[in-house]
Amino acid sequence: MATPQDLRYSKEHEWARVNGDGAVIGITDYAQRSLGDIVYVELPKVGEQIKQFGSIGVVESVKAVSDLFTPLSGEVVEVNGALDGDPAAVNRDPYGDGWMLKLKLSNPDETKSLLSAEEYDKLAAE
Amino acid sequence: MSAPPSERTVSPLIFDQGQRGRANRYVERGKALDAFLPRNLLRDELPLPENTELDVVRHYTRLSQRTFGIDVGFYPLGSCTMKYNPKVNDTLASQHEFADLHPFVPDELAQGALQVMHELERSFCSLFGMAAFSLNPSAGAQAELAALLVAKKYFRDRGETQRDKVIVPDTAHGTNPASAAMCGFTVISLKSDTRGRVDPAEIRKVLGPDTAVCMMTNPNTLGLFEERIHEVTDAVHEAGGLMYYDGANANALMGNTRPGDMGFDLMHLNTHKTFTIPHGGGGAGHGPLGVAAHLIEYLPTPYVVRDGDRYRLDFDRPKSIGPMRSFWSNFAHAVRALAYLYANGAEGLTKASQYAVLNANYLRVKIAEFLETPYPEICRHEFVASAQRLKKETGVRALDIAKALLDRNFMAPTIYFPLIVPEALMIEPTETESKETLDAFVDALREIVETAKRDPQSLMNAPVNTVVGRVDEARAARQPDLRWDPHV
Amino acid sequence: MYAPHTQADIEAMLRCIGVDSIDRLLEVPQALRLQEPLEVVSALPEYRLRRRIEQMAKRNSGADFVSFLGGGAYRHYAPPAISALAMRGEFLTAYTPYQAEVSQGYLQAIYEWQTYICLLTGMDLADASVYDGATALAESAIMAIGATGRRKFLVSRAVNPNYRAVLRTYCNGLDVTVDEITLTADGTTDLEALARAVASQEYAGVAMQSPNFFGNVDALDAAAQVTLSASGTVPVAVIAEAISLAALATPASWGAQIVAGEAQSFGVPVAYGGPHVGFIATTNAHMRRIPGRLVGKTRDSAGRTAYVLTLQAREQHIRRERATSNICTNQAHCALIATIYLALLGETGLRDVAALNLERSRELATAVSNAGIKLRFSAPFFNEIVVEVGRRGRDVLAALQERGILGGIDLGRWYPEYENCILMAATELTTTAEIGKLAGALQEVGRVGAAV
Repeated sequence: MATPQDLRYSKEHEWARVNGDGAVIGITDYAQRSLGDIVYVELPKVGEQIKQFGSIGVVESVKAVSDLFTPLSGEVVEVNGALDGDPAAVNRDPYGDGWMLKLKLSNPDETKSLLSAEEYDKLAAE
Repeated sequence: MSAPPSERTVSPLIFDQGQRGRANRYVERGKALDAFLPRNLLRDELPLPENTELDVVRHYTRLSQRTFGIDVGFYPLGSCTMKYNPKVNDTLASQHEFADLHPFVPDELAQGALQVMHELERSFCSLFGMAAFSLNPSAGAQAELAALLVAKKYFRDRGETQRDKVIVPDTAHGTNPASAAMCGFTVISLKSDTRGRVDPAEIRKVLGPDTAVCMMTNPNTLGLFEERIHEVTDAVHEAGGLMYYDGANANALMGNTRPGDMGFDLMHLNTHKTFTIPHGGGGAGHGPLGVAAHLIEYLPTPYVVRDGDRYRLDFDRPKSIGPMRSFWSNFAHAVRALAYLYANGAEGLTKASQYAVLNANYLRVKIAEFLETPYPEICRHEFVASAQRLKKETGVRALDIAKALLDRNFMAPTIYFPLIVPEALMIEPTETESKETLDAFVDALREIVETAKRDPQSLMNAPVNTVVGRVDEARAARQPDLRWDPHV
Repeated sequence: MYAPHTQADIEAMLRCIGVDSIDRLLEVPQALRLQEPLEVVSALPEYRLRRRIEQMAKRNSGADFVSFLGGGAYRHYAPPAISALAMRGEFLTAYTPYQAEVSQGYLQAIYEWQTYICLLTGMDLADASVYDGATALAESAIMAIGATGRRKFLVSRAVNPNYRAVLRTYCNGLDVTVDEITLTADGTTDLEALARAVASQEYAGVAMQSPNFFGNVDALDAAAQVTLSASGTVPVAVIAEAISLAALATPASWGAQIVAGEAQSFGVPVAYGGPHVGFIATTNAHMRRIPGRLVGKTRDSAGRTAYVLTLQAREQHIRRERATSNICTNQAHCALIATIYLALLGETGLRDVAALNLERSRELATAVSNAGIKLRFSAPFFNEIVVEVGRRGRDVLAALQERGILGGIDLGRWYPEYENCILMAATELTTTAEIGKLAGALQEVGRVGAAV
């Protein structure tokens, strides 16, 4: 799966789709493939304030558990409730149906510290 | 485990069998419950199935036939010490005077039971170089927890509450960090060196006034002996910390060398590994906790004390961490372990671990002919092979090898552990397997590796001779179905 | 020693390895060599080791006394079919069923166990077992702490004192405070005190046992359920006598979100304290916090029904220091015994056992009353009663012991206010003759006591 050009990436394999002072967050195709069959996603609550690179949840696959870090700071305005019944969406469509949460950014400048698609691909290839 | 096709049908649940009115008559008919209690305190319905004894016997006999145990075949499960479980032990443990002895019976009417516990404890102390053992913890993981509670209380009594770090090598069992977290300790994971050992220089870097406990096993989970263990224990002691020995691998050194002499302050035993207690499909276990002299008073209660020729349970131990379980010990297992000690004596136990090491090295050398062994040196009771090269060449993974072994009537080794070896196959043969069995296992494994090069797909579909094929674990976890439901 | 090698085998294997002796394989630094002979019991051939341990067993005369002991371990009838099945080597010598394809039988049996526990407690799901009732309570407290983020836990003084002690051991590790709720004069939990305590909204959970340690039915009433719900405190029900589940209203019906139980009564021998078998049952909302193994139903590659260990990402071998519990080994074999027990008895059989426990304990209550001994409480009870003997309970018990009777448990051991009280249990195995013998002995002991 090609890494979408319009997103920004963290070294921890999360992506952010930034739109003004809002952003959608998820994990990358590389991350979902490394984890294998994802069976459960534990997300923060709506209204929670989260800090860039802080641990905000957990992604469970059949035999692994991985912390979920936020690439950006802000207030959680929505979480993807559909993942409760269909965690496989993260495997199927990591950049679409498999999105995890929406943020109202507290510091949109942080976006600059994230990687471009090209930079991220380089990292993932290592 | 191969079964003819006709047998390979689904086995119905007990809940989908039987008819109301087929109850067995084990006791007299009771009166209606509302003769004794007001209706509002009683339950409405009790929807349990009713089957004749014959049908129940057939049902569970059938389930047993769909289960693989040591009594069925070779069980080379690394880290689990699946040795033969002598039948005399079960006979002794289930005799009436043990099985029907109530835990609240006064000490003077339970002298035999207390003697069993005391003789077992004394023998363990000598075998492992500890000052005392508590037989209270229910299993290894609970003994680890108890040990860390002992450490926490010990440091608190000494006014050293800043000691909140537990050091755990990256080869450690998963229970180590989990137990540490249950005592509020923070875990520092220590990287092994290129020889698969703990490097004393590395451990010195993380030691400090906040060091509480360092948890190790020796030999480690790679089956390698930590010959510089004294440097590690000395460094930890100098920093004011305690050394904990995870006894999961005690079968490798029993009767040959002692954790106490290595400088460990605390240790546990998994008597269900080392001392032939049957694993029973995952328990009950038994996890005696041993300590050096300065920690005796912190052991869980009760502790078995001998006064002259009388034995008693001592509950009056003010510094104790308290009890870990409802009653004194998994006592029936203490009987089994003592019977095993009597069958062996010191000499037999020494020989048992020697033969366990002999068997592991024999397998290691034979298997190295066709699979990578990342640490090609003399091992102890177990060793780790890797399917990494095979996976690169053929796509066949450790998991596929494991499943292919099931098709050939062998239990699979432990796979993907320890975490530091990719595509790990952790193999522990134990001393009770004969050369013929080991040779047959090598032949099966060799044939699987050859098949991988010729027809890898056939292994990725394995197992095919078992009652079910490869199980969909993702489905199980995504749509948890954890019980039968009368309304579905 | 159970090792099979001949000298020729050993030599062949050493040649293959490329060393000349076994000692070479076990070399350790000088300082680690054994410095002194080991003091282990001496080796005996099987017939003699058997005789030796059988002789020890005979020194347990307590197994043959007329007994009214309960308090968390109960003697019930166990049909021989249980051990005939459970002791089959395939079950007994299996490891935890990680390789599902060759463990379908055991996995299915555990799925049946989980179902039985759900049907009996009224809860949504149950785990594959934990060590025992006390650890079930401690682990339930950890669940409640995790669910609420609160650092205090509340427990009724009517909960089995051994369970409370273990709860404290675990909570000390976690630096969680445990507070206790006082008792009413009638030997039940003071629900008004409970309501006052939880109003602070500081407690993660509250544990109640029913029937409680005194044998009394001790469930939450409707008002207490409302109070707990409002305070966000998780109600934990403790079950120490599992036979009661066949008779009493389910813990789910009185508001429990977690049930911490002991299933020893289902065919598992008392065995001087273990192994017994604990369980935790809970609601779907707490599914991800339940400790221990879980067996789930799924399909195999050909679409056939299959069972497998599931939701393993909760467990220590994957989650390590972030695991909900460190439990690894459970009590699978005891859970198997309990499952077979329940299958053999069925609805009618289990209800009969419960009814007989109710009947015999009432017969016991009547007999001791007629012997002039006062019942301490008047609350509805299951199969245990507390009697007041007018002087120290332990002295009366000692006198009964001289007459071949284990009359019960001295409550003064844990409750100073009840030092003149004895806890007595009667099960379906208790006979009218035994009750008569106890009543007679109590009268006699009473007269001796009065004379002194």
